[in-house]
Order: sequence, then structure tokens, then C-alpha cells
Amino acid sequence: MESEQNREGFLCSLPVLVLLAAIFVAPLLVIFGFSVMPGKTFSLLQAPTLENFATIVNQTYYQSLLWSLGLSFATVVILLVVCYPLAFAMAKVFGTFANVITVLVVLTLFVSENIRLFGWVLVLMKGGLLSGGLKAWLGIEMDSLLYDVPAIIFGLVYVYLPFMLFPLVLGIAMVPEELRQAASDLGASRWTVMREIDLPLALPGILVGSMLTFVLCAGAMAESKLLGGQKVIVMADEIETAFTYGQNWPLGSALSVVLIILIGFVAYFVLRRVDLDRIMGKT
Amino acid sequence: MSGTERDVALKLRGITKKFGEFSALNGIDLDIFDGEFITIVGPSGSGKTTLIRLLVGMDRPTAGDIFLRGERINDVPASRRPTCMVFQSLALFPHRTVGQNIEFSLKIRKVAPEARRKRALELISLLHLPPEYYDKKVTQCSGGEQQRVALARALAFDPEILFFDEPLSALDFRLRKTLEKELKDIHRQTGKTFVYITHSLEEAMVMSDRIAIMRKGEIEQVGDPDQIYNEPVNRFVAEFMGEVNLFQVRAGGEGRLEATEFDGTFAAPEDGLQPGQEGILMVRPEVIRFLAPCEAADCVLEGTVYNEYALGSRVQYHVRVDGKMLSVEKLREDRYTGDLDSTVLIGWDVEDSRVLAAES
Repeated sequence: MESEQNREGFLCSLPVLVLLAAIFVAPLLVIFGFSVMPGKTFSLLQAPTLENFATIVNQTYYQSLLWSLGLSFATVVILLVVCYPLAFAMAKVFGTFANVITVLVVLTLFVSENIRLFGWVLVLMKGGLLSGGLKAWLGIEMDSLLYDVPAIIFGLVYVYLPFMLFPLVLGIAMVPEELRQAASDLGASRWTVMREIDLPLALPGILVGSMLTFVLCAGAMAESKLLGGQKVIVMADEIETAFTYGQNWPLGSALSVVLIILIGFVAYFVLRRVDLDRIMGKT
Repeated sequence: MSGTERDVALKLRGITKKFGEFSALNGIDLDIFDGEFITIVGPSGSGKTTLIRLLVGMDRPTAGDIFLRGERINDVPASRRPTCMVFQSLALFPHRTVGQNIEFSLKIRKVAPEARRKRALELISLLHLPPEYYDKKVTQCSGGEQQRVALARALAFDPEILFFDEPLSALDFRLRKTLEKELKDIHRQTGKTFVYITHSLEEAMVMSDRIAIMRKGEIEQVGDPDQIYNEPVNRFVAEFMGEVNLFQVRAGGEGRLEATEFDGTFAAPEDGLQPGQEGILMVRPEVIRFLAPCEAADCVLEGTVYNEYALGSRVQYHVRVDGKMLSVEKLREDRYTGDLDSTVLIGWDVEDSRVLAAES
């Protein structure tokens, strides 16, 4: 009986399994394969070598990696600070008005990321909307805000805000109102309620949002290209260059593998440290 | 309960709460005495939950004042009132252990860890939980155990008044009965003021020194359980207590009451109505007797026995009198031994009946 069910389950999931194997697992395997091939070659049938990884360490590629991780980290921190109050209000205060915000935020996703970033280029550039407007109205001279690290982080925060906001809303909505009232009745100030009740119980949402934005940011490059003017070369940029201009698939693959492993490690470590069931009180 | 003067712990004057156009509470006046166990009873929608939220400080009245030992506390938030509430859902912190839950209020008040632990263990034993529960997760405790943890948590910082918002309603019957008595014992042991709200008058009867009955945002009657049971002020209170026989009557002359629903007259209780005035005659099921032939009673009715229901130590009968169904309750040993559908005489003595004001 049970094996019958297992069989049915397997058959039902077969189409998805095949699809995932073909479009997700296979390319990954190819990437892993190429990462141990000699540089600037295009065959998988050679003796494996670690020379690409040596290149990454010896040349300055690791800097790109650090930039990617650093920018991602900064973005996640800023997003947490920016989104938490809004998410709290959406979950607990606004009522139906929260739906309006949801729709507005989702609407922005309908426009391509690159086009939205170009919009910001027009706003932030020298003589653009912002500096031009300030000069015309208030006579304040202002340099371009583009082409530096703050502009990149701004772009990342802007683009990935929905991916932090919605998990946070869900996380905070999971905290029963009565627990907050009970804590306050027992003498807790608002800050204490937040520290002792809201944050620990909304942790699943906080973790999911942070993980999601971190992973997306680490693989992002449009922001550094468009708003950062390539002042900083991020990891995704290096990977693209290696595969296209550089015609060095093995190096690109090796860079990808490093990024995948690092991010996988972070994800595993974070999600393992926190037992979701325990937080949910389901032990 | 001695009848001597007692200090008023909580004084409510003209408490009104409106939600938009809807008036949830209409000018509630109530004195809650120091150390008493008072239960506020009412059907759902009577405003009892709204009232307790105001008393705890989770909401503010639209009008009226709340005084705690003479001090007006309308605007003092729940976190700064020396009172505490046990929620209907208990609202235990699922990510904390039993000990951490109980110590929560002490931790906020910056009590040293050792003292906190000592107090928590004290409360754990007061509430008949084994000491090893200190480190147990609250989510692993059973319903009754969680109940005790919630009470321990509320008692931890030694609040002056404890509020209870129907915490027992989710439990099964037997456990509820046990915990009702335990709660009353805890009240005796701690000597604190307990304010309990429930929709079950039966629960209120078991535990309370005094009962306040609420309906539609107003208090209908306040009194000790005997008063509420024997001297209800109106039909609502009388029926709330459980099954009761009510007759629409008009006062005739010579100490008689004429039934307005069917042909018949009753002997009028002493503090009755002015001639011509309408009222309601209340007769509790347990004061009605099945009369033997030629047995006398102040009021006698003829009817047929419609059905009988066993209620444990008592048996209840429905007796049809002129189209009106009356209920009669007897102890098991005094049960009616005749057949169903046979004609019987039932009756009661006039001092066991009571006249209530007619519905306005």
C-alpha cells in the first residue's frame, strides 16, 4: 500500500524531476566540470586541474568576491532596518491599506530592473533630476551621486526591497497579538516587547528575507555597472567577463563554483543554526 | 465573607466605551473589593471582554473613570499597572521554557537571576507542578499544565489584582472542574483580588465571592452567589442561571396572582405586586413537588409528564401544563415513579416562589 503511494508520488513528480535535472542540475554539473579544466579551453574531456582556483587567489579576483559579499551584507543590514518598521505596520497597523502597499511594491517588479536603474541614473547624475533641481530652486551646487559604492548599495536596496519586505511581513504577522499584549501587561516596554517577543518569533521571516536578499545581491551586477560605473567590479561581473570577452570558460566556471559554495555555505549555516520548527513552537 | 467594611481596590464610575456608533459599555459603576473573587458573567457580546480590557489597561474608556485605590488610572498603560491578566489563549511565550515564562516579569524588573529562579520554583510548587518543569518547554506542557504556568506567570511579580479572561473555556469538562476549584484555592492562599470573566454562571457560582451579571454593556445585578440564585432582579438574570419556570402574571386581589398565559391563579409571595400590576412569577425547578392525592400545597397545577432526563444526582422532568412546559427537578431518591404521559398534580409553597418585575 505504502509502496503503491510512493510509486504514484514518484510518477507524479517525474515531469518536474526531468525538467529540473535537464535545466538545473545538468548546467551546474557542466559548470563544476569546467571549473577543473585547464584555462581557456572548451572541452570537458581533459585532465582535471586546480589552476583556475590558483588564478583566482593569485590575481585580484578575490577582491571582487569580497566586494560582492560586502555589498550584499551592507544591503541586507540596511534593508532590515528600512523594511522592519514598514513590515510591522503592514502586518499589524495598516489593515487593508497594507494591500495597497503590497500592490504598489509588486507593480515596480513589472518594470525591468535595468530600466528602473536607468531611471535612477537620470535622477542621480550630474545635472540630472536631483542636482539640477536643487541648483535651479535652491542654488545648491552638487556633484553627481553616481559611480561610487553608496550609489551601488542604494541600487541594491532599491531593487531587492520587495524580497526583504514580504518575508518580513509574513514573519511579523505570525506573532500573535495576544503575546505582545501579555508581555506588555507583564511590564515590558515597547522595546522589550520587540526584543523578547517580536524579533524571536518573527525570526523565520527575518531569516528568509535576509537569505533571499543576500543571495540575490551576491549575484547582482546591474547595480554596480549602471549606478557604480564599474568603479567596483563585483563577482557576477567577473564571471560574465570570463565567459564572454575573456573566452575563458574554465575560469568563469571556477569563479561561479566559488560563489555557489560560499553562498551555499552561508545559507546552510544560517538555516541550520535556527530550527524553524522550534521557533514555531512545534517541536 | 464577612459583612464588614472592606477597602475598595478598583472603583469604576460611569465607564462607557464606544466603537464608532456602537456602545459596548454604557456607564458601568462597580466597586471591586480588596481580596475578593469577583466574577463578571454575561453572554457573548455583553461587553465583558471590552470591560476587562479597560481594567487591564489595554484600552481606554470613552467616558468614565477607573480608580485603583483612589488613584485615577484611565491613562496608565497596562505595562505600568500593578495588575495582570491571564488570557483566554493563555498567551504563553512559545519560544521560552516554563521557567522563562514565569520569570518574564521579574526579568523586566531587573530581579537578580537567583531570586528569579527561587520565585519561579516557589510558584511552580504552589501550582502543583513538579520542579523539573522549570526547564520544560511550554509547548510540551498539556492544556492544564499550561493553565498553571500562565497563572504562575501572572502571579510572579506579585500584582495587586489578577484578571482572568475565560482561561478555562478551552479545557475539557473534568479538567475545568478541577482547575476551577484549584483557582479558588489559589485565591485563598494568595489573598489577592481576582476578577474573572466568563459566560458560564455555573463556573462563576463555584468560584466567586461575588458575581456581576452583564447584558448589553450594562450590569444587571451584583451580588453574592446566593443572592443571584435566589433573588434575581429580572428575567434575564433568572434565566441566565439555568432552567427556571417563569409565569406572566397580573396581580389580582386577596394575595392572588392571575396567570396571563393560561387560566389559573397562584398564591402571591409577600413582597408582591400592587393590584393590577403585571409581573413575572419565578419558580425554580427544584422547589416544585409531585403531589400525592390530597396532598396540599400553596400553588397546585395539573399537567402531564412529558419526559424525564437524568442529570446525575438529580432527575429533571418536563411537565406540560396547559400548553406550557414546566421543568421540575428532583433528587434521584425522590424521583417520580409514575408513567410518562400520565396526569399529575404538581405544586410549590408560596415562599419558594418570587415575583420579578415585568419586562420593560
